[in-house]
Amino acid sequence: MREAATLSETATPGGDALLSVSGLNGWYGESHVLHGVEFDVRPGEVVTLLGRNGAGKTSTLCAIMGLLGKRTGSVKFRGTETITLQPRHIARLGIGFCPEERGIFSSLNVEENLMLPPRIAEGGLTVERIYQLFPNLLERRRSQGTKLSGGEQQMLAIGRILRTGAKLLLLDEPTEGLAPVIVQQIGATIRELKKEGFTIVLVEQNLRFAASVADRHCVVEQGRVIDMIPNTELDNNIDKLHGYLGV
Amino acid sequence: MGQLLLGLINGSFYAVLSLGLAVIFGLLNIINFSHGAQYMMGAFVAWMLLNYLGIGYWPALVLAPLIVGATGIVLEKVALSRLYKLDHLYGLLLTFGIALILQGLFRNYYGISGLPYQIPASLSGGQNLGFMFLPNYRAWIVVASVVVCFATWFMIEKTRLGAYLRAATENPALVGAFGINVPRMITLTYGFGVALAAFAGVLAAPIYAVNPNMGADLIIVVFAVVVIGGMGSIMGAIVTGYGLGLIEGLTRVFYPEGSAVVIFVIMAIVLLIKPEGLFGRAA
Ligand SMILES: Nc1ncnc2c1ncn2[C@@H]1O[C@H](COP(=O)(O)OP(=O)(O)OP(=O)(O)O)[C@@H](O)[C@H]1O
Ligand SMILES: [Mg+2]
Repeated sequence: MREAATLSETATPGGDALLSVSGLNGWYGESHVLHGVEFDVRPGEVVTLLGRNGAGKTSTLCAIMGLLGKRTGSVKFRGTETITLQPRHIARLGIGFCPEERGIFSSLNVEENLMLPPRIAEGGLTVERIYQLFPNLLERRRSQGTKLSGGEQQMLAIGRILRTGAKLLLLDEPTEGLAPVIVQQIGATIRELKKEGFTIVLVEQNLRFAASVADRHCVVEQGRVIDMIPNTELDNNIDKLHGYLGV
Repeated sequence: MGQLLLGLINGSFYAVLSLGLAVIFGLLNIINFSHGAQYMMGAFVAWMLLNYLGIGYWPALVLAPLIVGATGIVLEKVALSRLYKLDHLYGLLLTFGIALILQGLFRNYYGISGLPYQIPASLSGGQNLGFMFLPNYRAWIVVASVVVCFATWFMIEKTRLGAYLRAATENPALVGAFGINVPRMITLTYGFGVALAAFAGVLAAPIYAVNPNMGADLIIVVFAVVVIGGMGSIMGAIVTGYGLGLIEGLTRVFYPEGSAVVIFVIMAIVLLIKPEGLFGRAA
């Protein structure tokens, strides 16, 4: 029921970009890994970053959050330039980050993990709603965070940034290493979040999954966005995409 | 029995001091070598409050930790915070240097003979328990240290603020990326750990002479306690503190010659068998 509704509804609200990345360069120490990343995300869109291992997808999300050692260029969120800001100030503008390694805290139980990120704006999901999206978390709310299964930890990592009022979510490979049923559940959740008005930048390696949730796909290679393909034109570009991804 | 009580008193100081060290080490990842000097400062500030301003023991028990904690905050802001990007060795050297400077300063102005500080009138005297005489002030030390240790444990393990602290200990970058001001948390945590040391110093002032070396003597043992308990474990620091105080007291009863070294012997054994400490997380 959910799937039919969202795959046909790819219309994106118009207006200016919510997130606008241009000429973004990034370094880990001496090593220069981002070389002028460019892409925009409009409010309410789900945009993926696709690319091979080591292409720079994670680095791009980290650079948006201000977590790389050094970054230059421009990252505008709701028109505000963030390139000189600290990560905590960037987060407080309304961006929620779900890292590739999930970042569940082992010294916190599930509920403490869920309640950790502070509220930064009105309009976040209630805790009841988050437990409704991820019933496993409710059952295990007193367990140590890292005792959860991989899928449950992923749900926790997504769930905890839904409370805060952040409207832009950066999700780094939420399906990596998870069983197909869990991947489907996460896909359904992402479509649900889109309906609730969240804007999402999704790093993915799984093209089938990406196609089931996204409006557009940005292809990352060697620290740049080298192509952009709307989800509606995926079929016509499938060979090209397979070439980019090396599958 | 008297020796056991003495062991428990020593254990109270070990517990509060190693707790402060553990709190600081957990978040800042530095071994605070000026901890003993800050304990000594707590006692001196209490003495100064009384002798220069006429402020007595009970207000000093709150004021001295606040004042010394504030100096800790300044120290963290202007000096320690610049060192986090460098090797831990630099933090260690800096705090060690600070300790020497503080002890030197106090020695210069107040000498080494020790200044008297009266037991507050409300706690003088004692109870005859039948099998032994229990001085009121010694009982108070045990009660006060247990309350402070438990309150600190509760705050860190059971409250929302404590959850921030535990999370920032594990992954400060991610906690920052959630919008939390981690540098400020680090500053306040250092101030809090230092305030704990000063609190122990005020507790100690009426029973040990207030003198510039009081911390230097004690802190060596406290470091051994911390090594035995394992760095960074809150409950571990508390339990080992009291436990080793008692073991030291028992040794004084059964083998007096060994009481001065028993903690170091245990430290050597623990290091051989479980190098991360009894309550430590394996590195
Ligand atoms: N901490 C780091 N220090 C130095 N170089 C790094 C670090 N993390 C990543 N890199 C390098 O940066 C480049 C981009 O890596 P990044 O993790 O952004 O790729 P990715 O597209 O997310 O890959 P994957 O699909 O494997 O997650 C790679 O060449 C990688 O080796
Ligand atoms: Mg990655």
